[in-house]
Amino acid sequence: MALTLMEGNEAIARGAVAAGCRFFAGYPITPATTILNHMLAMLPPLGGTCIQGEDEIASIGFCLGASMAGIKVMTATSGPGISLYSEQISFAIGSEIPIVIVDIQRLGPSTGSATRGADGDVQFLQWGNSGGLPVIVLAPADVKDCFNLTVHAFNLAEQYRCPVFVASNKEIAMTRESLDLDSLKPPEPVARAAPPPGRAFLPFQAAEGEMVPAFLPLGGRTLVRQTSSTHGPDGYITTDPAEIARMLSRMQSKIDDDADRLAIVDHQPAAGAETLIVAYGVTSRAAAAAADELKRRSRPASLLVLKTLWPVPAAAIRRAAEGAQRILVVEMNLGQYVREIERILPGPAIGFCGRMDGRLIAPETIVEAVIHG
Amino acid sequence: MDSLLNAARPPVFCPGCSHERITHTLDKAFQTMGLSGERIAMVSDIGCSGLFDTFFNTHALHGLHGRALTYAAGLKLARPELTVVVTMGDGGQGIGGAHLLAACRRNLDMTLLVLNNFNFGMTGGQYSATTPPDAEVGSGFLNRLEQPLDICSVAKAAGAPYVVRCSAYRGDIAAVIRKAIEFKGFAVLDIWGICPGRFSKRNRLTTKGIEEMLSRLPPFEGEVPENRRREFGEHYRELAAAQKPVPPPQAIPARFEPVGTGREEVILLGSAGQRILTAGEILCLAGLHAGLNVTQKNDYDITVLRGPSISEMILSPQAIGYTGITRPSVVVALGPEGVARRRKMFAGLDANCTVLQAAGVEVPDSRARLHRVDMKGQGIKGPDWALASLGVLAKLGRVIRPEMLDAALADRLRGDALAGALEIVRGVDPGGAAA
Repeated sequence: MALTLMEGNEAIARGAVAAGCRFFAGYPITPATTILNHMLAMLPPLGGTCIQGEDEIASIGFCLGASMAGIKVMTATSGPGISLYSEQISFAIGSEIPIVIVDIQRLGPSTGSATRGADGDVQFLQWGNSGGLPVIVLAPADVKDCFNLTVHAFNLAEQYRCPVFVASNKEIAMTRESLDLDSLKPPEPVARAAPPPGRAFLPFQAAEGEMVPAFLPLGGRTLVRQTSSTHGPDGYITTDPAEIARMLSRMQSKIDDDADRLAIVDHQPAAGAETLIVAYGVTSRAAAAAADELKRRSRPASLLVLKTLWPVPAAAIRRAAEGAQRILVVEMNLGQYVREIERILPGPAIGFCGRMDGRLIAPETIVEAVIHG
Repeated sequence: MDSLLNAARPPVFCPGCSHERITHTLDKAFQTMGLSGERIAMVSDIGCSGLFDTFFNTHALHGLHGRALTYAAGLKLARPELTVVVTMGDGGQGIGGAHLLAACRRNLDMTLLVLNNFNFGMTGGQYSATTPPDAEVGSGFLNRLEQPLDICSVAKAAGAPYVVRCSAYRGDIAAVIRKAIEFKGFAVLDIWGICPGRFSKRNRLTTKGIEEMLSRLPPFEGEVPENRRREFGEHYRELAAAQKPVPPPQAIPARFEPVGTGREEVILLGSAGQRILTAGEILCLAGLHAGLNVTQKNDYDITVLRGPSISEMILSPQAIGYTGITRPSVVVALGPEGVARRRKMFAGLDANCTVLQAAGVEVPDSRARLHRVDMKGQGIKGPDWALASLGVLAKLGRVIRPEMLDAALADRLRGDALAGALEIVRGVDPGGAAA
């Protein structure tokens, strides 16, 4: 076996290139900057484009323009940049523009601490858009996930025509770790579907039985319309309430109805466990170490690691919670995803173990929380 | 060529609006250029100028307020062969000012039509960045307080190679627009017109009045010679093609036996300039040569060249889950700033931990074993202390072996740098005198 030393951000950049990303625009911000650096080194020699925008708003705007030209695009930032992206994210949602958005979370609020980690954006990523339509958020736990989930994020953005977030954390992004390249098993890259020939093209018309409209690029032989305004299937502004309701309901359903299919979780049940630990991101690694330690102490706990945060993998969470008397949600914030767990699991007692001071949650802290509540 | 106007969606502007005139003029310009619809992308902003894309049978992208230039740039970079025309009002120009400046500096081959009618028409005639202070608008007295923006002077100062300021009522306006579209580079047209729905209801503004106002301002009639330069996209592609491909990541096969069987946590505590982070990376690479799993996490101030520099490494035959430091095996104290930053850690060190202390660097009391090395006395320069400390660890057989370290140095360094590094790690006296 041969090992490579790689940080999470490089793995995201390499995953993007492997997924077929050929356009990246970003604005420097710690701890996301090294993604911009890697993309700038990798894309131009491949005939791709990497641009540093005048600000975050421009950077994501470039990406949306290039995506409408049919290119796979990505941008990367941290919490303050996501705040600036917000309106463009709403545009990408409402106008069904495929884009991968990487959020290397750092300690907030606001400018916060540039070089300290947190998972403080996990509700913001879902709800930081006007209109409140669903998005897809994937959360890597390590450098391997950074590669694989980025490829996955591109595929989902292409298939669902929506923004897909990779919610990383400074603690993964800027931590180098050993990686067996042969162990990477990314999915095969897929591209957005073109419409079947011979029929008039309507840019927002999903085919019969489909939830996602086929895509043609701006600049091709068929004229394509894109608009941020409330539109009908033809891409022109509409004021017809029935047409508006159909369009928005489809955008909600295309993601929410597929929540099970989108669910990526890692369930590690333990025999005789009373408690189920639920964690995601870098914290899930401490949770796994805690589960090992609990087993040694004859106080076994099961573990559910969420790699898909949004849409909430509700069915998988309910399955994993079957028989558990207590759920312990562990996250690097003051209690965000625990709200979702409380919402979908009315039965068992739900505990919360959080930390938001720039430090990792240690396995021992989780062990204590399981044993002593 | 036939008209590109969309017969099914005729213009819907207020009667007498200058935008309608520009709609037809733009169509005429497209016709005389012989452009078909699929070769054009209309990118429109928000407000009345944001309706333009719907009137034409072309590709169309209607986005957010002030951001039209950002989509246009992405589109043009992705599809250089497209003719990209952006319509924006004085409102969008105000809210998207940063994008206008950047677009002028960038010089992508596209055309910006600023349909300047001195107010926000669609939201009720509020003042914009170009509203004259003596105008009566829907913002009370606020416009009296601010200086209107001279879009063309700003565009010129920002580097736009083609700038036109003109009246929408100018007789040759179609030719003016055509020339701007044909210009290879970023062309800004500041086109002044009348908003009958809002502005001219309360302000006397005639076509003649516009001419008079324009005559009092410096003229902009097209090319700005001092800003003449290469078009961004073409230049980008040329420079991009000359970039060397990035090699695939280096995979290091396990060639040596690891030192121990458990997890080893090593912390380098130093000062900026001591190459702490590089030494940390080399320690990790040395671990890979023995098939160990490794992590490296760095801690440093956001300024460089001063302050603490800290690198935390874990080397383990087992998979590394938690990447925090729990029970350090080795703490290398090379600089007072790094030691100060982790002062509290020392109280928790146990007797199995070794503190490798460079002579002259004070460390807090702890139960760890102190291993003192006189770097200075051996004539090792400050920037090499971290590297030399790896040599000490290798000679002591702590965490790494000499052959692992040699191999790691060969991964990271070449030529004289490698020879110098090997000399340091092989030559260092591992010391050991108790402090």
